[in-house]
Amino acid sequence: MDTFLHYAWLIPLFPLLAFIVIVSFGRQLKEGASFVGILLTAVSFVIAVLAFWQRFHGGADDYKFVIDWLQVGDIVINMGFEVNQLNAMMLVIVTLVSLLVQIYSRGYMHGDERFPVFYQYLALFTFSMLGLVISPNLLQVYIFWELVGVCSFLLVGYYFFKPEAKAAAKKAFIVTRVGDLGLYIGICLLFWWTGSFDYEQIFESVGLGRLEPWMVTTAAVLIFVGAVGKSGQFPLHTWLPDAMEGPTPASALIHAATMVAAGVYLVAATYPLFIASETALTVVAYVGGFTAIFAASIGLTQRDIKRVLAYSTVSQLGYMMMALGVAGTAGYVAGSFHLMTHAFIKALLFLGAGSVIHAVHTQDVFEMGGLWKKMPITALTFLIGCLSISGIFPFAGFWSKEAILGAVYGAHRYDLLAIALIAAFFTAFYMFRLYFLTFTGQPRGKHEPHESPAVMTGPLLVLAVLAIVAGFVNTPYAPLLSEWLLASNTGTTIAALFGEGSEHTATWLQVLALVISILGIVLAYLMYGKKAVSADAIPQTLPWLYRLSYRKYYVDELYHYVFVRPLGWLGIFLNGFDKYIVDGLVGLTAKITQGIGSLHARAQSGQMQSYGAMVLFGLLLLIVAISLTVQGGGLFGFGH
Amino acid sequence: MTVSITSYLLVALILFCIGLYGALTKRNAVAVLLSIELMMNAVNINLVAFSKYGLHPAVSGQIFTLFSMTVAAAEVALGLAILIALYRNKATVNVDEMDQMKR
Repeated sequence: MDTFLHYAWLIPLFPLLAFIVIVSFGRQLKEGASFVGILLTAVSFVIAVLAFWQRFHGGADDYKFVIDWLQVGDIVINMGFEVNQLNAMMLVIVTLVSLLVQIYSRGYMHGDERFPVFYQYLALFTFSMLGLVISPNLLQVYIFWELVGVCSFLLVGYYFFKPEAKAAAKKAFIVTRVGDLGLYIGICLLFWWTGSFDYEQIFESVGLGRLEPWMVTTAAVLIFVGAVGKSGQFPLHTWLPDAMEGPTPASALIHAATMVAAGVYLVAATYPLFIASETALTVVAYVGGFTAIFAASIGLTQRDIKRVLAYSTVSQLGYMMMALGVAGTAGYVAGSFHLMTHAFIKALLFLGAGSVIHAVHTQDVFEMGGLWKKMPITALTFLIGCLSISGIFPFAGFWSKEAILGAVYGAHRYDLLAIALIAAFFTAFYMFRLYFLTFTGQPRGKHEPHESPAVMTGPLLVLAVLAIVAGFVNTPYAPLLSEWLLASNTGTTIAALFGEGSEHTATWLQVLALVISILGIVLAYLMYGKKAVSADAIPQTLPWLYRLSYRKYYVDELYHYVFVRPLGWLGIFLNGFDKYIVDGLVGLTAKITQGIGSLHARAQSGQMQSYGAMVLFGLLLLIVAISLTVQGGGLFGFGH
Repeated sequence: MTVSITSYLLVALILFCIGLYGALTKRNAVAVLLSIELMMNAVNINLVAFSKYGLHPAVSGQIFTLFSMTVAAAEVALGLAILIALYRNKATVNVDEMDQMKR
């Protein structure tokens, strides 16, 4: 019955095949490359859905297949794949979003010179992400983790001729690298302490209490550092908004729906490790909570449509981390649930934003406006996305956000609950600020916008439907996803620790969250839709506050002066050291040798007689030397 | 009166030094060749002297001298032939101008 699970390893391989084909024949295929990518990703998607269905409906068990890869002493390092509840869900999300993005890109990237290259990157990225999800051990995860990072670098720097894109690509790579280092150390420590990279064996060791509590805390926090880097959590969030320099479909795929989800996924996948350490969970919860409100408050004032969405992503990822951090079955489920709904919603919003940018050729929301009439499908789907992410009943975002709030409330973390509610208000406000500025009012742009082609609006409609209905898989009245996730091995571990049925749905909380979101929307409407409240009121009365938010709390500047500059100086110093001291020594050696050589070369005059004289002189020297050094000397040592 | 080996060696030494001096200083290539012959003969004297007064006197020293003279004759013939060839090319016998070995 569980045959498709056995073939789950094919899921990442189809995008890899697409990558190879497009790399080999990209020049000949031209824009036909997209068909290769779309077709093969579609095959992956079908397999993923079948596997998911068997997992979900057929009650198939976790399937794990490994082969020995390396044997070091007594330790065998495995390679293989695993299908469990969490990653079956992720496989479907990643393949689906990737498929839609690739279809959409056919329209968006049409006419681009490096069209096949874009599809190469997309295919490689999809492969890496799927490989990451399906990995059964941390070593394999790490390999794909880095691959995902490389793809992100490539896609952000796709417009490499733009200096900002180049800088953003470098920033994305270097900043996530800081997190990767944490992850790397964490994995090494876990291997050292448990002798294995396998999730299963690590969890077993932790479960049996073989590790000291401080060890578990250290490892969990280090893994979380990796997740912080990838998921753009504070303080490593700075790369994500800059990464918006990449093409918009790539932003949708990588920086909204899937890659940044890798961090959350990793925390969820190694959750048994986290729940063994109260400290680690607290760290996760507060970093998540702080990021949620921090990023949301920045999103309030940004002018670039994609940047607003980027900060929204950071904020929502903070939500997920917070949910995972408050522990318990409810937190785990809420985090994973929000991961899923957010993937659809944010992909929708980004693709919608891409459609707008495609039409008006600007990213500044103050140069848009009045697009509702010009591009109705984009406007409608974008509205659905905004409603969904703001948590309006009955859209998908409502259910997942409500699950998170419920989990936080259930864990009695009232400080985090307050943060989450304020962040929800901010979210609703800035999303609708964006919406009203873009789609309503008078056109402010110079271009004559037009609706995007069907190849772009099609994916938007599909995602819009998902953004509406995806929430129904886990309503408080029918918690299908919750029951299913908790039936997994990881789920039972968590349930065993925290007890089953920790759903703390409070109707007043749902209503409160809904009211807060609606307030945010109403305020946005009054300020930007109806203009009843002056949008300049706050910038004028509290200019420093506005500036603080607009300049992103000066985090970039702070990093620039605290890290980038000193490192630059260190680089200059080391470069100078290398250039003048190391190279100087090397050069000096060369110069000396050369000097001695030229001295000798002058002796080679071609004059036989001077050669003879030199030989004679050498002989004399030898004789003198020997007669001086040989014991019982005398000339030639005769006569003694 | 017996002539000691020292006398022979002294003669050979003087001869060798004259030859060496000539070989290193003479400008005329023919004179250089002559000087080399002198050095060769100094060696021959040594060989003969040691074959009579050496620690292990044997006739092989004298025979070796004969070989040496034969080879020297052949060598001089060759040397002169090269010299003539050079002279035909460069119209000089001055060794200072013969520096083709540099290249």
